[in-house]
Amino acid sequence: MSIAIAQTRRDLAIVVRSRGEALNPLAFFALATLLFGLAGPSPETRAAIAPGAVWALAALATALSMEGLFRRDVEEGALEQLLLHARPLWPAVLGKLFAHWCVTGLPLVVLGPVAALALQASTDVLPALALGLLLGTPTLTFIGAIAAALTAGIGRGSLLVALIALPLCVPTLIFGAGAAFAAAAGADATPQLLWLAALLAAAATAAPFAVGAGLRVSQEH
Amino acid sequence: MASPQTEPLLSIRGLACSGGRRRLFCGIDATLRPGDAIEVRGANGSGKTTLLRCAAGLLTPHAGDVRRAGGQAPLYLGHKSGMSSLLSPIENMRWHLALAGAVASAAACGAALEQVGLGAERHDPCGNLSAGQQRRVGLARLAMSDARLWLLDEPFSALDAGGRKLVLALIAAHRAGGGGVLCATHEGLNLPDAQVLRLPL
Repeated sequence: MSIAIAQTRRDLAIVVRSRGEALNPLAFFALATLLFGLAGPSPETRAAIAPGAVWALAALATALSMEGLFRRDVEEGALEQLLLHARPLWPAVLGKLFAHWCVTGLPLVVLGPVAALALQASTDVLPALALGLLLGTPTLTFIGAIAAALTAGIGRGSLLVALIALPLCVPTLIFGAGAAFAAAAGADATPQLLWLAALLAAAATAAPFAVGAGLRVSQEH
Repeated sequence: MASPQTEPLLSIRGLACSGGRRRLFCGIDATLRPGDAIEVRGANGSGKTTLLRCAAGLLTPHAGDVRRAGGQAPLYLGHKSGMSSLLSPIENMRWHLALAGAVASAAACGAALEQVGLGAERHDPCGNLSAGQQRRVGLARLAMSDARLWLLDEPFSALDAGGRKLVLALIAAHRAGGGGVLCATHEGLNLPDAQVLRLPL
């Protein structure tokens, strides 16, 4: 447990001192929403598809942010120290992912509803959208981290990370957008939100081990 | 049953490794007992680092067997410092100690950094330090470590005469306390009573 806390503190301190880098995925999300709004069809259509667009862009922003998750640690040798000392590895992985989610996922939970409003979605969808993002973005982080761990040994591979992670994000995307669409239609969004919670529980259980295994394999050279 | 005082800290049997398609070495045998030191010598590219990484457990060897005593993680000081360039020496030290399961106060870390001549720089980002100073942060790790097995990859690199003296003093104190050192070096450290392992065999 103390390893997880030490890892979270370390990663947050690093993020604070490399401000620009952490903001990139959020800037991407904001810009892409803006472009979508400008290039989108009529206001009614735009409002209707806004929750889906927000979810798709949130998944893309998360996948893009994942490339940097282990890059610094690989280059500076912190990862090999982690592999040597942290046995088991998962508490440190959990700490690392929590720090990353605080910087990328949590802002998306706040920015998502704002972006939906900017796309003129009705205010009825906002609770389901925000709650869905709160349950869904950690899952996206867990899945992205598996891809990032597998590619940690091959240097810069941001597109590869996205290519591995995005197909695995599809269930989260479907239930997340489904919850918001259900709310927009005046229906109960609870089933979709429960599915999101179930996916999160599964990802939180399996991903830290998968990430640890991926990192060990990636450093075998 | 060997007692903990004489049980080898590290024993390597028939170790073979390849780098890419090239075979680096094979049939390496070595035993490191408490108080011992082994110098691994060889030219650039002869596999010194690979041997150390195998000994650390970071690499799975092609063949052979590596045993380390007591389940404790060794201290590995590699080419990469393991220090974040954005964090200060003190923050880096505290993370390293937390990994090793030790709890150390900022004051204790500060004292260790003082010992390696970084008292004034303890709060500067490591990225602002010179290469030699960054190596010295690694030496502070040696000073605070309770690992019995040290694996040092070119511990002299980038260090000035004072730094080298410090490395030798730390190694001597570690051996006197029952620790063992496996050390890769191309120039030779000339440690007293050290076994020398030359690569390639």
